[in-house]
Amino acid sequence: MTKIGLEIHCQLTKLESKLFCSCKADYREFEPNTNICPVCMGIPGSLPLLNKSAVEKATLIAMALDCKTPGKIAFFRKNYFYPDLPKNFQITQLNAYGNTSIGWEGRILVEDKQIKIRRIQLEEDPGRLIYEGATEKTKLTLVDYNRAGTPLVEIVTDPDFETPHQVREFLNILSDLLENLNVSDPGLEGAMRADANVSIEGGSKVEIKNIGSFHDLEKAVHFEITRQHSLAERKIEIIQETRHWDDRRKITVSARTKEEEAEYRYHLEADIPWVRINDNTKNQLRAQMPESISSKKERYISKYDITPQVAGILASDRYFSELFEKANNETNAKDVANMITTDIMGLLDTREKREISKLEAGHLSDLAECVKSNKITRASAKLALDEIIKNGKPLSQIIEVLDLGHLSDESTLSDIISQVLNEEVKAAEDAKQNPETVNFLVGKVMQKTHGKADPELTLTLLKKNLDIE
Amino acid sequence: MDLGISALSYVNSIKNAEFTVEEFISKSLERINQVDEKLHAFLRVNDLVIKNAREIDTKIKSNQNVGKCYGMPISVKDNICIEGSKTTCASKVLENFVAPYTSTVISKLNSEDAIIIGKTNLDEFAMGFSTEFSAYGPSRNPWNTDYVPGGSSGGSGVSVSANECIASLGSDTGGSIRNPASFCSVVGLKPTYGLVSRYGLVSYANSIEQIGPLTKTVEDSAFLLNIISGIDSNDNTTVDNKNQDYLNNIDAGISGKKIGIVTEMTNSEGLSTDVLNATNDAVKTFEKLGANCEQVSLQMIPYTVAAYYTITSTEAGSNLARYDNIRYGYEFDSSGFEFNSYISQARSKLGPEVIRRMILGGFVPSAGHAGKYFLKALKVKSKLIAEINHVFEKFDFLISSTVPIQPFKFGEKIQDPVSLMMVDFNTVTANLTGIPAISVPYKITNGLPIGIQIMANCLEEHSLLQAAYALEKTVDLPKVPV
Repeated sequence: MTKIGLEIHCQLTKLESKLFCSCKADYREFEPNTNICPVCMGIPGSLPLLNKSAVEKATLIAMALDCKTPGKIAFFRKNYFYPDLPKNFQITQLNAYGNTSIGWEGRILVEDKQIKIRRIQLEEDPGRLIYEGATEKTKLTLVDYNRAGTPLVEIVTDPDFETPHQVREFLNILSDLLENLNVSDPGLEGAMRADANVSIEGGSKVEIKNIGSFHDLEKAVHFEITRQHSLAERKIEIIQETRHWDDRRKITVSARTKEEEAEYRYHLEADIPWVRINDNTKNQLRAQMPESISSKKERYISKYDITPQVAGILASDRYFSELFEKANNETNAKDVANMITTDIMGLLDTREKREISKLEAGHLSDLAECVKSNKITRASAKLALDEIIKNGKPLSQIIEVLDLGHLSDESTLSDIISQVLNEEVKAAEDAKQNPETVNFLVGKVMQKTHGKADPELTLTLLKKNLDIE
Repeated sequence: MDLGISALSYVNSIKNAEFTVEEFISKSLERINQVDEKLHAFLRVNDLVIKNAREIDTKIKSNQNVGKCYGMPISVKDNICIEGSKTTCASKVLENFVAPYTSTVISKLNSEDAIIIGKTNLDEFAMGFSTEFSAYGPSRNPWNTDYVPGGSSGGSGVSVSANECIASLGSDTGGSIRNPASFCSVVGLKPTYGLVSRYGLVSYANSIEQIGPLTKTVEDSAFLLNIISGIDSNDNTTVDNKNQDYLNNIDAGISGKKIGIVTEMTNSEGLSTDVLNATNDAVKTFEKLGANCEQVSLQMIPYTVAAYYTITSTEAGSNLARYDNIRYGYEFDSSGFEFNSYISQARSKLGPEVIRRMILGGFVPSAGHAGKYFLKALKVKSKLIAEINHVFEKFDFLISSTVPIQPFKFGEKIQDPVSLMMVDFNTVTANLTGIPAISVPYKITNGLPIGIQIMANCLEEHSLLQAAYALEKTVDLPKVPV
């Protein structure tokens, strides 16, 4: 049986400051080595100061993943030498001497399969190494410490996955969950990273590291399973090792140096006193926890009678669900939901587009209202949305400027219909024979009116004109 | 002008305009020039002090608010950071390290108008008990310059004892304030863990070390503790000093107090007869002052030195790992070296005692050996804490000699690290348990000092200082010969 386990690192990008100092948690905008201070640089004599909000946000994740949470947490030092580590140790957590990490023994449902969460811990991200113009002879390694000390949550699963597809599904669900909790923005480059370990029946566990994206992770796991099976078929032993994902060749390769038994000399970080998280705090955190994606989905279905598919799309995307919740006034919920999933999803499909979009929930409820009361057509609504996203002007103004007002004046419409029937003689004959083809003529009227014609009135008038029922 | 006056009498003299700050500081500088070539208490003397002194004199003359220290010269151990100036930890690794920020204790002293007259010598990274491990050469004991001044805050002890300054700040990881205080015949206080901020103190064993004062009198230690103690937003381990005035009722006496004489510290193998006699004499003195003294046994004491070295080496291995010669260090050509071999090569230039502890610190907490060493040491520590808590239910204070022996000659112990380790037999208990302890000068025997150590329960500095004051008032010691 194939067993796959994951180790996910997720930055708490929604925090103001780093885990142990007041430098910005969002380091991405800075010039190299400008988002740093004595603490995150490990300058002699500096001391880590724990960011309490990081503990709270991490605890929210533990609760959302159904983990057990401790009465008090402790931090440990993991000692190893690496140039991206200013102190040559990482402040992290450890459950070897009793459970003192943010959470443990949680679970999450992925396609009806329960995936167990082994532990969740809070730790600091190291700096970033940049290899500039590296050739075999002259390698230049640059270090940017802007990221050093960024709050990171490590989530370790049991080896409960059986297929690469499950892994991908899990990561999608986890990523939506973190976004919904408002603790992280998994879409940011490097905000969410994952390593995998893979083993097949009778073989040793192989770790795969250095995977850039979820898409690559799925591919890497798939490759690794295939590689291990082909070894097994040829009766070659599968050795326990760490392999790196080679993004260029799309294969895993054995890590060059044989990694020895890790020796991290773990010991308590005395500079950070134990942090109590009492039941009161936990209850408060639970109370301020956003509604879960699954409960949101259920609510949308039962309250607004929306299809499960649409409800699922809305609930799992924090941006869409917030838009939906603000724009709907119960009577227009279905229309708003459809407008989001059919039009807006296409228009605002990336975080960059969302950031510059001027669309507000009010626009959406106005639009739904106008469509419902036949002021504008569904087709015009889409044109209006395009414009609103660009400039954010009130809907009424946009209808005026773009001349999107509904064409429901009977005589004007009749004139246009006559024109169309003159131009489309054959289609008119067809419609008389086969009334179902009348929609083609409706489309032609729409074209002529730039989508402004009232579709129902157009149909009625057409039918009357052609004398069909 | 008497450079040997206490901090409190200095303040009075300045207030009474007996001399100006500039006059006193100039005299102190003269004294340093005169004696420090021989004593080597200072690694660096601050060249801005005359300017600072004039500024404070101006404040005094124009009746502006003046801080409690009135410009008194205070020296600081060279492992405490001051923005813009060097902090070397007496190591070649930090020879060129200029701190980009100021430690909390120095900020507090500055805001009370103290003048930091210079940075004092220590054993490299505060590891040692003689200053013989300083990369810049040892300090010498003012009572007899053939003898060590104790350590690791040896320069601090010497600077106060030789009247090169009024007081000093040292750090104490296993006795590093109390040991040189005892060897140089000054008062040295290691406060409760967390009472004084460690922000800006270069870490050696951060779970047990504290900054504290070395002073001429017990009152002066209380005076400085008033200034440097309390919660600091830059150090999460600090505790509230509850705005205590440690000088208040310092002369309350110790009548009726219960004092435990720690049996294991009065019959240990390495204890010298002269030191034992002095300790027994101190017990009689306490009894004369109205205290009830009796023997008390702490069964964990024989294991404390081993536990202390296991824990401190583990933490040192971690705290000193950053000196990898990438951001601090020497001129060293890295070409041809792979990362790990490069840093091990660079780190081989640390001094012998530091290397010894780094090697130990790589071994005792390692996966295969932690159970046998590091975890056992932690167990000793927690059992010792339980014992101490139990003892303080019955006793107000515990006493012993500060050091089992008197100052030794240069080179006498440096070849025998294990016997050097036993020098801190009486002092490490206070660090492992976090309790406050003070060394009070008690005797000069064969021309060399002996100090008595008093320990109290956590945050009982106020009564600890009262007991130390009572003992101090019974002794009349000769003046330092230098």
